[in-house]
Amino acid sequence: MSRTARLRLFLAAAAVLAAALITAATELPGFGGHHHPYGERAVAAGLARQTANIISSVNFDQRAFDTLGEESILFGSVLGAAILLRLARDEGKRRAAAEPVLPTTRLFGATLLPVTLLVGGYLVAHGQLSPGGGFQGGVALATALHLAYVAADYRVLKRIRPLAALDVADALAAGTYAALGLIGLAQGAGYLANTLPLGTFNQMSSSGLVAVINAAVGVEVASGVVVLLAHFLDQAVEIVHNGENR
Amino acid sequence: MTNALTVIALLLTAVTATTAALTREPVRQAVVLAFLGLCLALLFTVLQAPDVALSQLGVGSAITPLLILLTVRRVRRQEQADEHPDRTE
Amino acid sequence: MSVFPYLVAGWILLAGLYGLVTSRNLVQAVGCLAVAQSSTYVLLLAVGYRSGATAPVFSDLPTDAPVVDPVVQALVLTDIVVGATVTALLLSLVIQLRKRHGTVDPEELTGLRG
Repeated sequence: MSRTARLRLFLAAAAVLAAALITAATELPGFGGHHHPYGERAVAAGLARQTANIISSVNFDQRAFDTLGEESILFGSVLGAAILLRLARDEGKRRAAAEPVLPTTRLFGATLLPVTLLVGGYLVAHGQLSPGGGFQGGVALATALHLAYVAADYRVLKRIRPLAALDVADALAAGTYAALGLIGLAQGAGYLANTLPLGTFNQMSSSGLVAVINAAVGVEVASGVVVLLAHFLDQAVEIVHNGENR
Repeated sequence: MTNALTVIALLLTAVTATTAALTREPVRQAVVLAFLGLCLALLFTVLQAPDVALSQLGVGSAITPLLILLTVRRVRRQEQADEHPDRTE
Repeated sequence: MSVFPYLVAGWILLAGLYGLVTSRNLVQAVGCLAVAQSSTYVLLLAVGYRSGATAPVFSDLPTDAPVVDPVVQALVLTDIVVGATVTALLLSLVIQLRKRHGTVDPEELTGLRG
C-alpha cells in the first residue's frame, strides 16, 4: 500500500473512531460525579480487612487473581526479552571501557544511590499503609541500582549487580505469588483468599495476605526490571556482531 | 482551583502526547516521552491518584525512555558497522 | 468540563495511532504505542474521579471520608508496569529485526524471509 493510501485509510478510520469516542464520552457519567458503586464497595471491603491503602487491597486481595495474571505477563515479557536478546552464535562480547565521569556527577550518583534504595524499600514495605507498594517500590529499587551507571561506568554497575541471583529471585517471586494462593485453599476459603491474621488497622503487620503478596511483587518487579535493563545494556554496550569491530 | 489545575494538567498532557507522537527522531522522542511521563504523573496527582503517579514517574520518565535510548544505541552501532566495515571505533 | 477529560483521552489515543501509522522507524513506532497506551490511564482515572474527594488511602483519614474510586486506580497501576515490560519486549523484537533484516524501517520490510 502506498503511503498516501495508508494515510487516507487511517484518516477515514480515525474519523469513525473519533465519532464513536465522542458519542461514548457524552454517555459516560460526568467527570467528578459522586456515583461510584464499585469504588464504594471496594472501600468497604478493604476497610473490613484492615487495609489502609485501598488500592493495595484491590490489587492484592480483592482482585488478587487478576494481578496474578498481570504478574505472569510481566514475567513472560522479561523471559521473552531475555531469550530474544541472548548472545547469538555470530556475536561476541567486547569489554566495556572505563569512562570518565565528572566529579559532581559521581557525587550525585553516589549520594542518591543509597537514598533511592531506601525509598524503594520503604515504598514496598509500606504498600498496605501509604501510597506505594510492590510495583512502585520495585521500580524505584531497580532504578536505584542503575545510578551506579550514571555515577561511574558499566563495569561498576556489573560488579554491584548480582544478575544470576536476581534471575532466580524473579522466578522465585513469581512462583511465590502463585504458591501464596494455596494458603487460602488449604484453609477451605478459596485460591488467593485473604485468610491470614488481619492485625490492627494502620500497623505494619495489618492486612494479612496483602502485605505478603505486596512483598513478593516488589521482589519480582525489582529483579525483573534489573534483568530486563541488563539485557538491553549488554546489547547497547558489550555485544558486537562478528562483522563489527571490537 | 482544583478544576483549573486539572484543566492545565490535561492540556499539558494532550500537547506533550501530540508532540511525542509527531517527533520522528527516536532519541528526541525519548526525551519528549520522559517529559510526557512527568506530565502524566502531575495529572494523576491532581486526580488524587498518588499510587499511580509514583508508578508513572518511575516507569514513564525513567525506564521507558532508557529502554528506547539503549535500543537506538544498539541499532546505530550496527549501522556504523554496516557503512564502514573496516573502520575502528 | 464534564466530558473534557474523556475527549483528551480520545485525542491522545488518536495522536498515538497517527504516529504509529505514519512511522518510518520501528523504535519510534514503539514510542507512539506508549503514547497511545497512556490514553487508557487518562480515561480510567477520569472515570474514577470524584470532585472534592481525596486519595483512597485511609492511614490518616476518617473512615467515612469521601474518596475517589480505588478500583480504576488499581487497574491503571498494573497497566503501567505491564505496559513497560511489553514495550521492552517489542524493543527487543526491533533489535532482533535489525540484526536479521538490516533495517528498522517498516516500509523496507517487504515479505517474509527465513
